[in-house]
Amino acid sequence: MTAPATLDQQTAAPPGAATPFVAFDRVSLAYDDSGNAIEEISLTIEEGEFVAFVGPSGCGKSTFMKLCTGLNAPTAGSVRVDGAPVGGPLKICGMAFQSANLLPWRTTLDNVLLPLEIVKPYRSQFRRRRAEFEGWARELLRTVGLEGYEDQYPWQLSGGMQQRASICRALIHRPRLLMLDEPFAALDAFTREELWCVLRDLWEAQRFTVVLVTHDLREAAFLADTVYVMSRRPGRILERRRIDFPRPRELAMTFEPPFTGLVQELRARIGTIRSS
Amino acid sequence: MTQYNRLLERLAPWIAVLALIAVWEVTVRVFNVPPFIFPSASATAQALVTFAGPIGMHSWQTFWTTMAGFGLGVVVGLVLGFIVGSSRFLYHACYPLLVGFNAIPKVAFVPILVVWFGIGSVPAILTAFLICFFPIVVNVATGLATLEPEMEDVLRVLGARRLDVLLKVGLPRSLPYFFASLKIAITLAFVGTVVSETVASNQGIGYLMMSAGSQMRMSLVFAGLIVISAMAMVMYELFALLEKRMTGWAHRGQR
Repeated sequence: MTAPATLDQQTAAPPGAATPFVAFDRVSLAYDDSGNAIEEISLTIEEGEFVAFVGPSGCGKSTFMKLCTGLNAPTAGSVRVDGAPVGGPLKICGMAFQSANLLPWRTTLDNVLLPLEIVKPYRSQFRRRRAEFEGWARELLRTVGLEGYEDQYPWQLSGGMQQRASICRALIHRPRLLMLDEPFAALDAFTREELWCVLRDLWEAQRFTVVLVTHDLREAAFLADTVYVMSRRPGRILERRRIDFPRPRELAMTFEPPFTGLVQELRARIGTIRSS
Repeated sequence: MTQYNRLLERLAPWIAVLALIAVWEVTVRVFNVPPFIFPSASATAQALVTFAGPIGMHSWQTFWTTMAGFGLGVVVGLVLGFIVGSSRFLYHACYPLLVGFNAIPKVAFVPILVVWFGIGSVPAILTAFLICFFPIVVNVATGLATLEPEMEDVLRVLGARRLDVLLKVGLPRSLPYFFASLKIAITLAFVGTVVSETVASNQGIGYLMMSAGSQMRMSLVFAGLIVISAMAMVMYELFALLEKRMTGWAHRGQR
């Protein structure tokens, strides 16, 4: 808690640059009187950037997501997304969580279609364009390897497959900002690495902006362009680390020295936060 | 062997019924209980056959008043459950009230209902309604109130209104609770009707049992008991079947 914020100058957009897609300016949020959940967060995310947040548990990573999507309003500071201040839930966001949260009475296809029944402008067109929307969903399910499971119910799918469907649901309305809150934390190691690649391929193809919250440093370093390390509660940003490995990245890379060295470094950083 | 076991499992309820009847018959005969105190199973069966006409007429009365009260209970229970479950404020505000209301013995309402509506079918319908709507309200409200917050976030970020969340997620999610409560409610509705009929009616199985009891015709009283429980069992099974058909996704473990 004593460590001072070591924000580097890069986080503040240089004057004259294009407006960043997401801009946090000295943002703090307190849920109640128990103090700030996150404090003095300033950062910018470019459109199409893949950002990962790592840190000890309870450091306010999920709070960051809620601020970014407009589900919560900051107590201090300002959040701007796409040039405008955030005033309520942002419809350009898709979200996926650690638990897939699929609806058990809907088939995989219908689960993926759910956002289109709700988000504007699709909700009013849903009946008319249903066949077309189903086409989108089938295509998306195919790209994540769920072809042939469209008419299965969630409980007939394995955990990894449910999570794939959950990511499809987050992407079906073509959001510009994808929020992932520890989406792979409940999966076994092999499935997890498989899904990293699924996410990598989706991102390479569509280049939406991703905010990934995770405990897994390898995951953060493999997927992200930029990794933010957060302190314990109240969450502050301690370090911003650009990951410059060339893309497209292969899984094999994660077992080789430059990558393993980076993960070691990040791990040591988190270790000092935890013991402080 | 497994096929034999499965057959045995399906026959089990019938075997239990037969065993109970056998124990009943044997006990009465062995201890030589006088029929005006505790009639034997065979005497009760005989009464069922002899008085089939009046029993049928009174059963029909009990059946339709129960179903009317139950129908009313389902409608009111659903609406009230939806309202109470859809808002945290109303949930906290109304829950103690509902519990307090439910604790009142419904037989205490019958005299009031008689003053208001006179003797007859109306108090029976209303007693059945009063006794059966509570479990429906509680189950629907609980189903709605226990939504996963993550699911709500997923939808809210899409711009879903409260009503969207309730209709797309809350209501389907509470359906298994609702159908489970119907099974409880239908048996309670029979209790309500019969209680009201014994006090304030000149029709229905409750009335039949009351008047037969006052004439010491115990075999007819027992015939009435059997008819009520048979009707309740049939309706229970009907709603259990309906539950399975409507919310199969919630019972996948039992297939």
